[in-house]
Amino acid sequence: MFHWLEKNPFFFAVGVFLVIAFAGLIEILPNFAEASRPVAGLRPYTVLELAGKEVYKKDNCIACHSQLIRPFKAETDRYGQYSLSGEYAYDRPFLWGSKRTGPDLHRVGNYRTTDWHENHMWEPTSVVPGSIMPAYKHMFTNKADIATAYAEAVTVKNLFNTPYGDDIKAGKEAFESYKPKILAEAKKIAAEMKNQDVKDAVAKGEIPEIVALIAYLNSLGDSRYAAAK
Amino acid sequence: MQSNAALEYDYTVAKLYTYTAIVFGFVGMLIGTLIAAQLAWPELNYLFGEYGTFSRLRPLHTNVVIYGFTVSGVFATFYYSAQRVLKVSMAESKFVNGVAKLQFVLYFIAAASMVITELMGITQNKEYAQMEWPLDLLIVVIWVLWGVAMFGLIGIRREKALYISMWYFIACFLGVAMLYLFNNMAVPTYFTSGGVGSIMHSVSMYSGTNDALVQWWWGHNAVAFVFTVPIVAMIYYFLPKESGQAVYSYKLSLLSFWGLMFVYLWAGSHHLLWSTVPDWMQTMGSIFSVVLILPSWGSAINMLLTMKGEWNQLTENPLIKFMVLASTFYMLSTLEGPIQAIKSVNAIAHFTDWIPGHVHDGVLGWVAFMIMAGLFHMAPRMFKREIYSKKLIEAQFWLQTTAVVLYFTSMWIAGITQGMMWRAVDEYGNLMYSFIDTVTVLHPYYAIRALAGILYLTGFVMFAYNMVKTMTSSRELSEEPQFRSPMA
Repeated sequence: MFHWLEKNPFFFAVGVFLVIAFAGLIEILPNFAEASRPVAGLRPYTVLELAGKEVYKKDNCIACHSQLIRPFKAETDRYGQYSLSGEYAYDRPFLWGSKRTGPDLHRVGNYRTTDWHENHMWEPTSVVPGSIMPAYKHMFTNKADIATAYAEAVTVKNLFNTPYGDDIKAGKEAFESYKPKILAEAKKIAAEMKNQDVKDAVAKGEIPEIVALIAYLNSLGDSRYAAAK
Repeated sequence: MQSNAALEYDYTVAKLYTYTAIVFGFVGMLIGTLIAAQLAWPELNYLFGEYGTFSRLRPLHTNVVIYGFTVSGVFATFYYSAQRVLKVSMAESKFVNGVAKLQFVLYFIAAASMVITELMGITQNKEYAQMEWPLDLLIVVIWVLWGVAMFGLIGIRREKALYISMWYFIACFLGVAMLYLFNNMAVPTYFTSGGVGSIMHSVSMYSGTNDALVQWWWGHNAVAFVFTVPIVAMIYYFLPKESGQAVYSYKLSLLSFWGLMFVYLWAGSHHLLWSTVPDWMQTMGSIFSVVLILPSWGSAINMLLTMKGEWNQLTENPLIKFMVLASTFYMLSTLEGPIQAIKSVNAIAHFTDWIPGHVHDGVLGWVAFMIMAGLFHMAPRMFKREIYSKKLIEAQFWLQTTAVVLYFTSMWIAGITQGMMWRAVDEYGNLMYSFIDTVTVLHPYYAIRALAGILYLTGFVMFAYNMVKTMTSSRELSEEPQFRSPMA
């Protein structure tokens, strides 16, 4: 049979494809629907938080930080309750990471504050002496892309039934009329910060990346269950 | 059908990919060395503003060495060896030749765009699948063109039976196509939101745990079908060619090939041990990872035994050295991987530097060694000149071997140290170390790894210099060498 296959490239290719394809079917499909369901009471990310997630992606935080607390005592002692599948239902893409050069962040919102993040992102060694993390000062001047974050919210609402309100809908006008809500959320974060340039920018109606990022980091943890509690 | 008259092979496309392999290899390894040094000396993060941080450069390093260097090497060796094992010249079909040239042009555009977009932070943020949707579409086109060229060449072949290398190239083509398509399923948000925001942005069709499963089904098998399958294709071609020895066992190559195809795909979930994917999938990943030793070692042993009775060549021919050591590192790496895929070991190893350590004994010791040896073998045949310097190859070999050993030993120690410190508790059961303690302790190992990077990069520069000299100013050959590559 193998000799025959080697002389018939088409059937050889078909054979290879069948052999490599079915592992994926068996391992990925059976659990697909169940793994898409959120845990009870979990709310999706706000548009500002989504914009922060984009900053997290843009500067590739997953190079050094995981978002996956494994079910070991050493991990739950350090980071809190181990991670559950349904907690990731609104994470597109998943941001578990594969390397912990820095600590896990899946519940960082439970034990770090806006103030701490501001200091840390400006100069990591100011709050963690010995840290090898680079400073991310450009986040204090670069502006977050809230339009794209809004577009993502519209997309996941319409295509994947992510439960956003009726005020998130397609179109540039809809985005313009939604903008004040994003800005109001950003103002709350900026009020707890001390960097004057950031405060001035937000007052002018602009949202620096750092504000969106902190909104996202603060959302990692119990605060996204607030509605249910 | 078969004629014994020598064919005049057309190496235009193989040469083009040889050049890009050298350029991207240098760039990718330079970035790799820089980010290794950044972990030891964080001040190095600020050389290029926001574009120079470890986090921004790390995917650039992986993408340039995978899609720049390795894939160039795969295409270069494919367009060289496929003609020869199929006994047909690229020049015989204008169509195939045209498709291959177009593929190269698009490949170069895609690779350059990849570098630019990743520096800008435009990314899907899925590991080894960072490129956003417009680039993904371009890559699909490039891949289809490769398939057309491959099956076009097969269609006009004179040698009816496909040689082992061709099996692996076909598998590389099919496997990557399937995995790449499914993992990159995403919706461009610009079109679904009525024209709001960036046109480059997309959102994954899968969420959370499902996305993780699809991603590591890809991530693990990208390793299979880019770092293993086509590299095995290379060694099956170049080792017998360079040594003049016949492949030791046909049956073993059959078993290894079909075994590898069947088993590899199952093992992807070993990247998700102790995560939120169901337990049975994790266990399947562990088991199949261990089974994977069989086909992997099957190929490696088949190659080592091909040298049976001719081990003297190991001392006489540095290219044989490269290939035999590549095979050996392949064995080391494919034993280490399954060990890390055992759940209790994984509990310590996962998230630590042992993982990049494992990756690099594979990519530096196996993938890059094999590609460089293959390109060295091709050079005298493509450029009709002898290799510029044997001494330089010897020096490069020992420098890079030292580098690989320093790299993986330092990362083994770093990884196990950190894994143990994360879980260490005092007599009352409290955690003994704060996280930062487990970082600062790694400084010496990070410094050793950076040194390893510098050594390996230096070796690569020696390779590049030797190749350029071979192309331009080495002694010309009057006829094609039969087996051992001539070198001065």
